[in-house]
Amino acid sequence: MSAWAFYLFLPAVLGSSAHGSSSPTSIFDPVSTPARSIFGLSLLVLAVTAIIFVAVFGLLAYAVVKFRQRTVDNDREPPQVYGSTQIEMAWTIIPILIVLVLFLASARVIADIQDAKPPHDAVEITVVGHQYWWEIRYPGLNVVTANEIHVSVSDSAHPTPTFVTLLSADTDHSFWVPRLAGKTDLIPNHPNRMWIDPHKTGIYLGQCAQYCGIQHAKMLLRVYVQTRAEFDRWVEEQSRSAAMTNAVSRGRAVFETNACLDCHTVKGIAGNGQFGPDLTHLMSRDTIASGVALNTPKNLRKWVKDPSSIKPGATMPALQLSDGQLNDVTAYLETLR
Amino acid sequence: MASDAMTLPRTASASRLLPEIRTWLTTVDHKRLGLLYILFALVSLIIGGLEASIMRLQLIRPNNDFVSPELFNRMFTMHGTTMIFFVAMPLIFGFANYLTPLMIGARDMAFPRLNTFSLWIMAFGGAILYASLFGGSSLLQAGGAPDVGWFAYAPLTSRLFSPGHSTDFWTLGVLISGFGSVATAINILTTIICSRCPGMTLGRMPLFAWLNLVMAGLVILALGPLTAAQFMLLIDRYLGGHFFDIMAGGSAVLWMHFFWIFGHPEVYVLVLPAFAIASEIIPVFSRKVMFGYPVMVGATVAIGFISMSVWAHHMFAIGMNANANTFFVLTTMTISVPTGIKIFNWLATMWGGKLQFKTPMLFCIGFLFQFLVAGLTGVMLAAAPFNWQLTGSYFVVAHFHYVIVGGILFCIFGGFYYWFPKMSGRMLDERLGKLNFWLFVIGFHLTFDFMHVPGILGMPRRIYTYEAGRGWEGWNLIVAIGVVFQAAAILVFAWNLLRSYFKGKIAGNDPWDAWTLELRFIASLGNGIGRYCR
Repeated sequence: MSAWAFYLFLPAVLGSSAHGSSSPTSIFDPVSTPARSIFGLSLLVLAVTAIIFVAVFGLLAYAVVKFRQRTVDNDREPPQVYGSTQIEMAWTIIPILIVLVLFLASARVIADIQDAKPPHDAVEITVVGHQYWWEIRYPGLNVVTANEIHVSVSDSAHPTPTFVTLLSADTDHSFWVPRLAGKTDLIPNHPNRMWIDPHKTGIYLGQCAQYCGIQHAKMLLRVYVQTRAEFDRWVEEQSRSAAMTNAVSRGRAVFETNACLDCHTVKGIAGNGQFGPDLTHLMSRDTIASGVALNTPKNLRKWVKDPSSIKPGATMPALQLSDGQLNDVTAYLETLR
Repeated sequence: MASDAMTLPRTASASRLLPEIRTWLTTVDHKRLGLLYILFALVSLIIGGLEASIMRLQLIRPNNDFVSPELFNRMFTMHGTTMIFFVAMPLIFGFANYLTPLMIGARDMAFPRLNTFSLWIMAFGGAILYASLFGGSSLLQAGGAPDVGWFAYAPLTSRLFSPGHSTDFWTLGVLISGFGSVATAINILTTIICSRCPGMTLGRMPLFAWLNLVMAGLVILALGPLTAAQFMLLIDRYLGGHFFDIMAGGSAVLWMHFFWIFGHPEVYVLVLPAFAIASEIIPVFSRKVMFGYPVMVGATVAIGFISMSVWAHHMFAIGMNANANTFFVLTTMTISVPTGIKIFNWLATMWGGKLQFKTPMLFCIGFLFQFLVAGLTGVMLAAAPFNWQLTGSYFVVAHFHYVIVGGILFCIFGGFYYWFPKMSGRMLDERLGKLNFWLFVIGFHLTFDFMHVPGILGMPRRIYTYEAGRGWEGWNLIVAIGVVFQAAAILVFAWNLLRSYFKGKIAGNDPWDAWTLELRFIASLGNGIGRYCR
């Protein structure tokens, strides 16, 4: 029966994801200690369940083939067996032993991941879930950004894990970057902690994994793992105030006199909006609308004009700006590097 | 026997139709109520299936815009709520109502009028849920189907995030149907304890009655927290309560505990009656008595108790501390032991028998293979760290559909083929039955085997669309193709029901050569439901 298929294609998934070709978000292609410990445990669990599967499937298939009714000696009922204490004991005790092994293995990984203590030089990040974007704060570094987390790579000689505090500004969300760690939920009034220590530079994709409302599907997340030097340079750039050029003063005026500042912060301009992403260094980000669209001038203008054209149900309103105002404000936003 | 009490005249004509309908609407007979439960569930099954099909069509390719995000979110909320509360529950209650009194030699259920109340209050709950469709989306979504998901996590259900009344339709529908479920459970429990015929000791009861006894106990214990949670939600929404109000120090986690302390026993509420059906069918078509009857009873009772200590395995990712997570790993893995014992005992019953592959047996064999896989993916999910990756992904969706469709629904199909002769006096067609089975097996495996994979590749559940390049497209396409086969299987089943009802082979007494009371005497054609249409 095709239940076989389940175990037949698992190796295929494992194999192709090990080559990195199949999916950028495979849980079987870990690059960070929590994801790696989980991967190790999952191999044990998969091996044990595969053995049970083959054994029981084999017995069932054997019974179905061997004991089917034959046309000969149709009139005799088979011998009636009411039970057997020994056999019942056997298939009670053996599963108990298997459960014990899997339980102990799980308990160890739980403790390894959950009870890990941050070293002195760990980078602390606070991630706040919003409908439908991620606010990212580096409390010690004076950096606030959105949707794209930058962390430094952690090599085994000098491990620099990043510890993440997870909060929510509204409903439940879940932080999931499959190649770095398992999920941890962001729940209002219920701060959570998790950590990652990516061993390889690169961009790792993730997204919200707890249904949070109409645009749950478009609450994407990116983690940029950089070398220490790149990361330090990024931090230095991000902690500056916003660029101020007079060339775009008309656009800045549009930004300041419409409702933008009610929700968005730009360091250096009066106002402290908290509902939307900090825009001080908007152009340093590769994507807008929480990873849904590339951060190009065209997309940016389209987004400001009518956010629901990219993400229907997004909480940002269309401000009914004129074409001229849109051009001006887009030109201004493009200077926020 | 209760069937002797039905003394309505045999001739039916147009002028008799209205009184007949009235008789059905006001009946307190457990067999008629059982059939009404099943009819209600089958209609709901079609609706819930259509909702699922809409979702699979939307996800058939990346960046699809077949439906809007609102509609998609409503579809998965309605699909889940419908399938659990208005398909699975009435199906198991229908079989329990129809068969339990017959099997233990009782005249009827212990409280016939309460029985009628239970059915209609459950149907009323379903009507309230679907009444949500008859509002516009204007006026802050005063109408519109609920879109908070079937487990409706706080604070998404608060008035702040869910203005209008769509969530109220969900709350009231589920709350009210819960009254019916508790009443039915009390009825089943009392019937089995108090109404057995002389000589029918607990130790001689068919396993069907035992499993439904434990199911009834679980319903009584599990529905309470759900009802309380729905009341708290209503108080929050309309009386200024702060149970889940995050702005006033309320707790979103509180809802999760209340919901899942209902939600996990609920899985066993549904699966125990499915086990009950398998435990009747497998011995009869193996021509052997059940292997290890007392062990099966003990395992059932053990499952009942352990199932009440596993709820937080739905919450491994919410940030419980390591001790709590470890505890729920232990309890959850432990429940696989009595469940495994059941599979082994069914296997031992088949061992050395003379297996007859009639349609009911085919469905039960399919159940055994599929429930094995469902149990093993359950063990994977029980390992909390592995669960941190798998929970909330399509892997978990595939897992619980393996339980509910591959396990429970397969058994219930087996039950239809097995007891239809009792209910109608005619046999269901075997050739159509086998076609029904194989179409459903193919469709089921195409859909739910391959649904595990996108979960492993990082696809969360409940997303209305996804971008290309994640490696999810091909798998979602195969999943959608499986839906076509499943729909075809359901059509064949419906056609078989209709055709056999009028033209099926006359069943006669005990067509399967079984040995339980309920099949001893098959309703003659003039005495079953058949007479009303003839």
